[in-house]
Amino acid sequence: MTSVITTRTRETAPTERTRRNRWSTGRLLRRLPWWLIALVLLGGALLWVYPFLWMLSASLKDNIEVFSSSLSLLPESAVFENYGRAWSDANFSGYMWNTIIVTVVTVVLVVIRCAMAGYVIGRYGFFGKKTVVVVLVATLFVPTGYTIIPVVDITQQLGLLNSLTGMIIALSGGGHVAAILLYAGYFRQVPRELEESATVDGAGFFTIFLRIMLPLAKPITATVTLLTFLSTWNAFFLPLVFTFSRPDLRTLSVGMQAFVGENTTDWAGMAAAATISLVPVIVLFVVLQRRFVEGFAGAIKQ
Amino acid sequence: MSSAITGHQDLLSAPDARRSRSRRLGRQQLWIWLLLTPTVVLYGLYTVYPVIASYWYSFVEWNGFESQKRFVGLQNFRDVFADDLFWNSFKVTLLFMVVVVPLKVILSLLLAIVLNSPKLPFSTLLRTAYFLPVVTTTAIVGVVMQFVFDPASGPANQLLRTFGVSEGVNFLGDSSTALWTAAGVYVWKWFGITMIYWLAALQTIPDEVYEAARMDGAGALRLLRHITLPLLRPFLIIITLLSLESSLRVFDLVLTLTGGGPFYSTEVVEIYIYRWAFSATIPQLGYASAAAVIFGLFVFFVGLFQLLGIRSVQRARAAS
Repeated sequence: MTSVITTRTRETAPTERTRRNRWSTGRLLRRLPWWLIALVLLGGALLWVYPFLWMLSASLKDNIEVFSSSLSLLPESAVFENYGRAWSDANFSGYMWNTIIVTVVTVVLVVIRCAMAGYVIGRYGFFGKKTVVVVLVATLFVPTGYTIIPVVDITQQLGLLNSLTGMIIALSGGGHVAAILLYAGYFRQVPRELEESATVDGAGFFTIFLRIMLPLAKPITATVTLLTFLSTWNAFFLPLVFTFSRPDLRTLSVGMQAFVGENTTDWAGMAAAATISLVPVIVLFVVLQRRFVEGFAGAIKQ
Repeated sequence: MSSAITGHQDLLSAPDARRSRSRRLGRQQLWIWLLLTPTVVLYGLYTVYPVIASYWYSFVEWNGFESQKRFVGLQNFRDVFADDLFWNSFKVTLLFMVVVVPLKVILSLLLAIVLNSPKLPFSTLLRTAYFLPVVTTTAIVGVVMQFVFDPASGPANQLLRTFGVSEGVNFLGDSSTALWTAAGVYVWKWFGITMIYWLAALQTIPDEVYEAARMDGAGALRLLRHITLPLLRPFLIIITLLSLESSLRVFDLVLTLTGGGPFYSTEVVEIYIYRWAFSATIPQLGYASAAAVIFGLFVFFVGLFQLLGIRSVQRARAAS
């Protein structure tokens, strides 16, 4: 720890010499503790992503190889038939399709309903506003395990149990209070003059919302889209309970559970199925990393 | 369009203006409620109603969604309270929370402090790696981890054997280790999110504060102790409470990792409810609802505690 202190204090007053020689020995030596820390952390990071690397490698091995030498990550020769087995035999193509439909429609519904609710809550006083806000905040942390029985009961009574429609409505209906609060917080600080001048120009209530306010809130929409995408793609409890008697409607997460229940010894197939299910979110994360981080960090800054 | 017309009338005559103004406000109220309708209907149906309905369901005997409900009064609650396995699930939930939250909050703070330094090489790469598990599907990760910790051929045990540490641990199959393994997987899975919270918190501290302290001759350790940590204290409360709340929601992970076993050693309350409502041969929905109501009240009080904590933090911040 002492070495860290010295680097800090010396770094604070950079002399002419260090500025001239970026790569001088003294500077490198002072940076050494940080390189050591980075090395340790890189080791930790490797351990951190190891389960995914193992999964990827197991998906390219045949089952005998997975059982015998699972420590070596490189397969002797890449076997792609595991993917074929998971994709068509185990119906992961169907599960993928279900997941995409459910996720896309849910995201659209959530963005629309949360933007509208956030807009009026953040910008207008109205009769019953306090009640609405109190109810939303009070139920912010209600766990799925608590509400699942009435939710199934309602969906059953609506005749929507065992259908993707029912799943979508339930997923977009419950929760997402944070998205409403995000929108409300954003719309609250948009200056009044904006809609006053629009009113003078003859724009009505809904036109102002749709043409002026919603485009302004693009960063919030991006965050809400991303977070809702993630929570819906990864949802498990509700899709599980909603598809008990309709295996063809399973989403990826539920299909995975069923797959290992039926094929306990097909490790390579399991790994391929898991890879198929995880690749979309991981690719999205790597591409939109900054947005992800900002989206999650936004929650704490409020 | 109509608002533009009323705008002109405002200029023309006063009494007319007042009437059209109230009409405009009335129309505005209509629009407001129209925009709220989807949320009120959906959220009401799928969150607010279930919260209330659970109370009614907890007073009935109800063996399956298609069958009749029969009012039994407090019988369900009496049965739940008399069931040792319910108390076991409550204990498991609490134990899980108490182990997981400090581990996650403290370790991620340490990592965030190091990652926040501009002198650390590869900090973006490191942040990505440690955050990666957060975005992945919990239920799938649970299944994969079941194989990673397999007693015979799982890589975790192969590693232990290669280094000669042990002859193999049945991480998930032994009731003395299963909960700790699940807790470890949970910390691994959600560690990245608290790390991001902490990084966001660290970025709220302006550089000038550090510079001023360095001018006064403070070293890194003293900066950490006297500036960083005190300024992070309000965030500590928020982050801890957020972590407490999310550690109560582990259904996906536990169901796919262990299914609550072996011998109920990892059965958290949500799994207990699920077992009675959905995986019993004769579903006991009323009984499960009673357990859910008790659990819901518990979560509510943790949440209330949380809001009070945040409120007091905000007040302290406003005062300073």
